[in-house]
Amino acid sequence: MTRVVTLKIDDIDATGREDETVLEVALEHGIQIPRLCALEGLTPVGACRLCLVEIEGTGRLLPACTTRVAEGMVVKTNSERLRKYRRMTIEMLFAEGNHVCSVCVVNGRCELQDLAVRLGVDHIRIPYLYPKRAVDASHERFALDPNRCVLCTRCVRVCGEIEGAHTWDLMSRGIDSAVITDLHTPWGESDTCTTCGKCVQVCPTGALFEKGMAVGEMTKRASFLATLAASREDGR
Amino acid sequence: MAIDTVGALPDENGKQRLIVLEHAGKIDPEDIEAYMAVGGYATCSDVLQSMTPAEVIEQIRNSGLRGRGGAGYPVGLKWSTVAKAHGSQKYIVCNGDEGDPGAFMDRSIMEADPHRVLEGMMIAAYAVGASRGYLYVRAEYPLAIKRLKHAIKQAEKHGLLGINISGTPFSLSLQVRLGAGAFVCGEETALLASIEGRRGQPRPRPPYPAESGLWGCPTLINNVETYANIVPILREGAEWFASIGTERSKGTKVFALSGRIARTGMIEVPMGTTLREIIYDIGGGIPDGRTFKAVQTGGPSGGCIPAAHIDTPVDYESLKQVGSMMGSGGMIVMDDSSCMVDVAKYFLEFCMTESCGKCVPCRVGTAQMYGLLEKISEGRASLDDLALLEDLCDMVANTSLCGLGQAAPNPVISTLRYFRDEYMAHIVDKTCPAHVCPVSRKEAVR
Amino acid sequence: MTRTKIATVWLDGCSGCHMSFLDIDGALLDLADRIDLVYSPLVDRKDFPDSVDITLVEGAVSSEDDLAKIRKVRAHTRTLVAFGDCAVTGNVPALRNSVGAESVLRRVYLEPDLHAPQVPNLVVPALLNVVKPVHAVVPVDVFIPGCPPSAKTILYALTELLDGRMPDLSNRTRFGA
Repeated sequence: MTRVVTLKIDDIDATGREDETVLEVALEHGIQIPRLCALEGLTPVGACRLCLVEIEGTGRLLPACTTRVAEGMVVKTNSERLRKYRRMTIEMLFAEGNHVCSVCVVNGRCELQDLAVRLGVDHIRIPYLYPKRAVDASHERFALDPNRCVLCTRCVRVCGEIEGAHTWDLMSRGIDSAVITDLHTPWGESDTCTTCGKCVQVCPTGALFEKGMAVGEMTKRASFLATLAASREDGR
Repeated sequence: MAIDTVGALPDENGKQRLIVLEHAGKIDPEDIEAYMAVGGYATCSDVLQSMTPAEVIEQIRNSGLRGRGGAGYPVGLKWSTVAKAHGSQKYIVCNGDEGDPGAFMDRSIMEADPHRVLEGMMIAAYAVGASRGYLYVRAEYPLAIKRLKHAIKQAEKHGLLGINISGTPFSLSLQVRLGAGAFVCGEETALLASIEGRRGQPRPRPPYPAESGLWGCPTLINNVETYANIVPILREGAEWFASIGTERSKGTKVFALSGRIARTGMIEVPMGTTLREIIYDIGGGIPDGRTFKAVQTGGPSGGCIPAAHIDTPVDYESLKQVGSMMGSGGMIVMDDSSCMVDVAKYFLEFCMTESCGKCVPCRVGTAQMYGLLEKISEGRASLDDLALLEDLCDMVANTSLCGLGQAAPNPVISTLRYFRDEYMAHIVDKTCPAHVCPVSRKEAVR
Repeated sequence: MTRTKIATVWLDGCSGCHMSFLDIDGALLDLADRIDLVYSPLVDRKDFPDSVDITLVEGAVSSEDDLAKIRKVRAHTRTLVAFGDCAVTGNVPALRNSVGAESVLRRVYLEPDLHAPQVPNLVVPALLNVVKPVHAVVPVDVFIPGCPPSAKTILYALTELLDGRMPDLSNRTRFGA
C-alpha cells in the first residue's frame, strides 16, 4: 500500500503519495520548477539539471523530476544558488547549439526561450561554440534542425515508450552527442518511423518541426501526452 | 607455463605490505591448481560450510574494508543493504572497467590472480544471496578477459561455480561482459545499463543499485581490488585486517606509480603510508636531478597534491582534505618540468571526451572549461576568463548527474588552489614558467 | 539643464533596431528635450565624440572596421547598451560562424557563374572569421534583447537610464522578440 507523506516545499506544507516525485508534488501545490527534459507522461531522466532542488540533510542537489518525496522532507526549489546554476545551464544550452530565435519556427513558443526570460538570462556570458550541424529535411512532413536541439531526449522517449517505434536514439558522446533516426540514416528513409509526429509535438524547441512553417508559426501540442499516458495507465 | 605477470615493485625499505598482491607474479594465473596450492578456494569452502551470510557480512563490516573503486563506501554496509533488499533474484557485479589514465592495478590483479577475484565474488554472492553475476571488463584488457574466462571455466569444472556449490544449497553462475572502453561505464549505473545492452549512460541515484540494479533487481557492485581483499579478511579475521592501516581507512591499497619517478610500477602499501614514503622509499625519488613538484592521485577525478603536502598519509580522508581523492589508485608524479595548467588541461580533455553527454553541465561545461584552459595555455585569456572558469568549476561540480561530471573540475580546482601563480603567469605575463604551453613557444618566436 | 549625451552606433545589423527606435513616435519629442544626439547614423557627424553618456549599439561585430569602431565607442562611453539581438547574441550575422567567413565569401562571390568572379577587397573592410556579440569584445553595461526590441521596450529602457536607474527588462523583451 502506498503511504501518504507530508513535506515542506518552499515553506509550503505539502502532501503527496510516497511514489510521487518532488516535481509532481510541487506542481500539485502550484509551485513551478524550471525543467526541460521532464515531461508528464514520459519516464524522467534527470538530464537537463534545471529542476535541481535543495533537500535539507542531503549534501548534493537532486533533480525534482526523479527524486521521490519522503515524510518530513524539507525542499527548497528557488534559492539564489539554484537560480545561478539554472541561469548557467540555460547559457550553456544557448552556447552549445546555434539557437537563433529570430529565425526559428517556434519563436515566441519555445521552452528554452521562455526559460531564458523566466530566469533572467539576457545575454550569454559563456563563449558560443558554433557547431556545424546538418539539417535533415528528408522526411515528407517533418524536419530535424539539430542546431536547435538541447538533447532533452523527449523525442527518443516518446518514440520508444509511447509510440513503440524506437526510431529515435542517441549517437556519439559528450559535446558531439546527437539524436538520430534509425541507425543514423536519413529520417525520410526510416523503416521504423510511423510518421505519428509525437516527437515533433514534445520537442521543447524548434529542433523538430512541421514542414511549411515560417518563423514563429509552429505551435507545439505536448499536452496530448499526459492524457494518453493517463488513459493507458487506467487500462482504458 | 611461465609466469608472465608482474607483481609489486621490489621493497627495499620494507614499506610495502602485500595482501591483495600476495600471489601476483608468483603463481601461474591460468592454473586453478596453482591457486589451490597456495590455499585458494579453501576460504570460500570454509565460509559455505561453517558461516551464515549474516556472519560473513559481520566480518566484513568489522574489518572496516571500504570500496577500492574510488569513493570508499563501507563494503559491509553495502553488502548488508543488498542482503536486506527484497527480491527473489539478486545479482553480483565486479567492476573491472578501470579507465583512469596511468592506472593498471585492477588489470594486474585480474591478469595475475583471477581466481582470487572469483573467490571474493563467490563469498560476496553467498553473503548477499545473489545467484548470478557479471564481471564487467573493458575490451582493452584482452589478457585479463582471457584469464577470467579461463578461470571461470576451471572453477565450474571443479564444482566451485554452478549449482549446489560444495554440496551446499548455494548456487552461482558468473559471466564476463566486455565494455567498449567508455570511461563513464566505470560509473555503476552506466555499467549496469551497458550490461543490460543499453547505451552506457548513468541515471540519477537513488534508487541505488543495491535496491534496484540489473533489470531492476538488487545488485551488489564492487571493484576488482575490493573483491581481492575478501579472501584474506575471512581467512585471517576481521581484527587482523582492521589492525592494518589508519583509524578510518583499513587494510592496504594498491597504487600504480607512474610519471617522473625513478621506479614505475605497482605497489601495495598499508593505508596511512605517506606520499613521501611512497615516492622516495619505494619509488626511488625523482630522476635526472629534478625536483618534486606535485603528485596526482585519483585519476581525472582527483587532484594534484603539491610538495608542501608530501607528508600527507594516504587514506580516504587525508587525501580529500588536501583537495584530491583516493580514487582507484593511479598515482602520477610530476617534477618541475611539468606545467600545472597543462596538467589540468590534460585531465579536463580526458573528462570532456569521456563525458557521455547526458547532462548539460558535464556535456557543455567540460567543453567550455577545456576551451578556457586552451585559451590560458595559449596566452589569450583574461582575468575574466579565469573568473568564468572558476564559476564553471563550481557549477559543473555541483550540478552534474554522475561522479564523472561532479569530479571533472577537480584537477582545475586543485591546481588553482596550489599553483595559482602559474595560471597568473599564463594570463598576466603571457609566459609558461615550465616552458610547456604554446604561449612560451610564441614567446620564443618573439 | 544639461542634456544627456546619447549616441547610437550601427555595426553588422539590418538597422531594424534603429527603425524600432524611431517607432517610439511622439515620445521622441519628449526625449528630444532631455537628450543630445551627438552621434548616430541619423545625424551627420563622422567622428565618435570624446565623451558620451549612453551609447546604443545595434549589430554584431563582424569586420575589422566594426572591431575598431566598438573599441573606440567603449573607450568614450559611460553606459554601453547592447541594442537588439545582433549586438546581444550575434543573431543572424553570426549564422555564418559554423562555416567561417572564407567559405561564405567563396559561396557568394566565386562559386556563382559570373563573368569575372572576385572577392571584393577594396574599400570594404575585411570580415572577421568569427562574428561576435558586442560583450565578447568589450564590456557591456545593459542588454536589450529583441529582433528588434519593441518601441515600448526601447522607450522604457532609455527613460530608466535617463532617470539614472538600471532598466529591468525581464518580461519586457526576449531573444527573438
